[in-house]
Amino acid sequence: MAVTAEQVADAMYDLVKEYQGKKKLKAMDLTHMMVERYGAEGCDKKMCKAAIRSLIDSDRCVYTYFGGSYIELPHAEGAAGGG
Amino acid sequence: MSETNGKGSATPMLDELEKGEWPSFVTQIKEMAAEKEQCQQLLELLERSYREKIGHWKHGGIVGVHGYGGGVIGRYNDLPEEFPAIAHFHTLRVNMPSGWFYTSDVLRKICDIWDEHGSGLTNMHGSTGDIILLGTTTDELEPTFKALTENDFDLGGSGSDVRTPSACVGPARCEWACYDTLDLCNDLTQTFQDELHRPAFPYKFKFKCSGCPNDCVASIARSDMSIIGTWRDDIRIDQDAVREYAENGVNIERDICGNCPTKCMEWDGHDLEIDNGNCVKCMHCINAMPKALRPGVDTGATILLGAKAPIVQGAQLSSVIVPFMKLEPPYDEIKDLAERIWDFWSENGKNRERVGEIMQRVGMGNFLEAIGVDPIPEMIAYPRENPYVFYEEYYEEEDEEAEQEEEEGAAVP
Ligand code: HEM
Ligand code: HEM
Ligand code: SF4
Ligand code: SF4
Repeated sequence: MAVTAEQVADAMYDLVKEYQGKKKLKAMDLTHMMVERYGAEGCDKKMCKAAIRSLIDSDRCVYTYFGGSYIELPHAEGAAGGG
Repeated sequence: MSETNGKGSATPMLDELEKGEWPSFVTQIKEMAAEKEQCQQLLELLERSYREKIGHWKHGGIVGVHGYGGGVIGRYNDLPEEFPAIAHFHTLRVNMPSGWFYTSDVLRKICDIWDEHGSGLTNMHGSTGDIILLGTTTDELEPTFKALTENDFDLGGSGSDVRTPSACVGPARCEWACYDTLDLCNDLTQTFQDELHRPAFPYKFKFKCSGCPNDCVASIARSDMSIIGTWRDDIRIDQDAVREYAENGVNIERDICGNCPTKCMEWDGHDLEIDNGNCVKCMHCINAMPKALRPGVDTGATILLGAKAPIVQGAQLSSVIVPFMKLEPPYDEIKDLAERIWDFWSENGKNRERVGEIMQRVGMGNFLEAIGVDPIPEMIAYPRENPYVFYEEYYEEEDEEAEQEEEEGAAVP
């Protein structure tokens, strides 16, 4: 299935939203999930990289760090609150 | 916020660290405390930690400025009501220039920026090599970044990304440099900007460039990819200068030849001879007689992989991946190698698994195959103690290779 980087970004965004508060996703997880969904032909690593960049640059997602780097929805700073 | 109540110092335990004839971080932070409430509270919180034997810092969350996934290390204290000035105390890693060359003007500029936007405390340099700006609030991150970029500085790496590459001073000041460490470091930094600012790896990846086996940036212990200058021709000898050392009292037999790890040198009282085929490039003789001996002229670097400090598992030094590589612009060979390694590691690495750990987990043989590097004797750190050899597999592999060559009609050596 041929998809554009923007479509991949939208699909990634939906996943991040779905998993928010349940499981933290890394750039690599999102890439794997997209390649699985669209097939390596339709959606390669380069496209996933562009999609992630667009998610971050458009402020739809942010990078966070909890022992490793994750991609999440923007929210009140993690360690600023309780835990 | 002071706990003195007029009865002396608020930080009696820290004050102990001001005694003695060496620099003291306590003295330095106290100097800033006069200007910055943050610094005073930082001292008092540390004193409290020393007293209670409890750390009061939390880590994580915020990681960068807009668009970046690294460069800022989020710090929060868990007693924000008592220590409000350091409720946030984030660290910025700022990418240093290759070899740490500055003008005094630019250093003043960095300090001015940090006086304005942060605690004023710096660490020049952290063991990552970066300029470390210690302690600011979330609100100040973007303004600090803006001021830094206006002065041609950028943030460095943190988190699961390419960490700020670093290099020894190399050919700028050091006659042993076997390649241009400064240029390679700068080139890698520029080439891998995306990998540096947008973390996509299982964990961190550090390049360190040392110009010769003295390894002044400790790359063999402190970087995932250690790029260590070396040579493959003969050590250059100035026999007159060797004799001069001898006349001036150097015991060449005992202190030079005797300390050569492979005993590949001979001194007959007049000439020094080196069996270069057995020299392991340890630098001992060259360091001991710098006027008489120099590395060869056919120079390049040995590429090693996998060093790390003990975090998930124990500490590890890098292992040889490529015994000798010429290093000249545009450095495609080393960049391709790094990208092949990242591909395999990103695909197969577990969360927080360093390259050195995945190498061990899958086995060196499998790892080399995956990144397309042929195993060779130079990769062996020491021979194994038992003679266990998989003969069958050996033959199969050779057969396969022979078949393939036939198919391709290849006469490639
Ligand atoms: C139990 C407490 C702490 C532990 C276990 C700890 C551990 C570490 C480790 C393992 C690193 C190296 C990270 C890397 O390079 O990937 C590091 C770096 C660093 N830490 Fe901590 N840390 C602690 C507390 C603190 C505190 C309280 C501060 C400051 C308020 C701090 C400031 C820094 C800075 C600035 C660096 C970077 C230094 C450099 O790049 O050379 N740490 N810490
Ligand atoms: C007796 C006291 C201490 C000794 C002997 C000591 C020794 C060391 C040594 C040898 C290193 C490695 C330096 C390098 O590889 O360049 C190091 C790194 C470091 N130290 Fe200390 N240290 C002491 C106290 C502290 C304290 C009180 C702090 C912070 C509150 C601290 C923070 C750090 C950090 C952040 C690093 C860099 C870690 C990394 O990048 O892996 N140290 N220390
Ligand atoms: S590693 Fe070698 S080339 Fe680099 S500064 Fe040290 S002695 Fe010089
Ligand atoms: S560099 Fe080291 S191994 Fe080589 S000749 Fe000198 S002392 Fe011996």
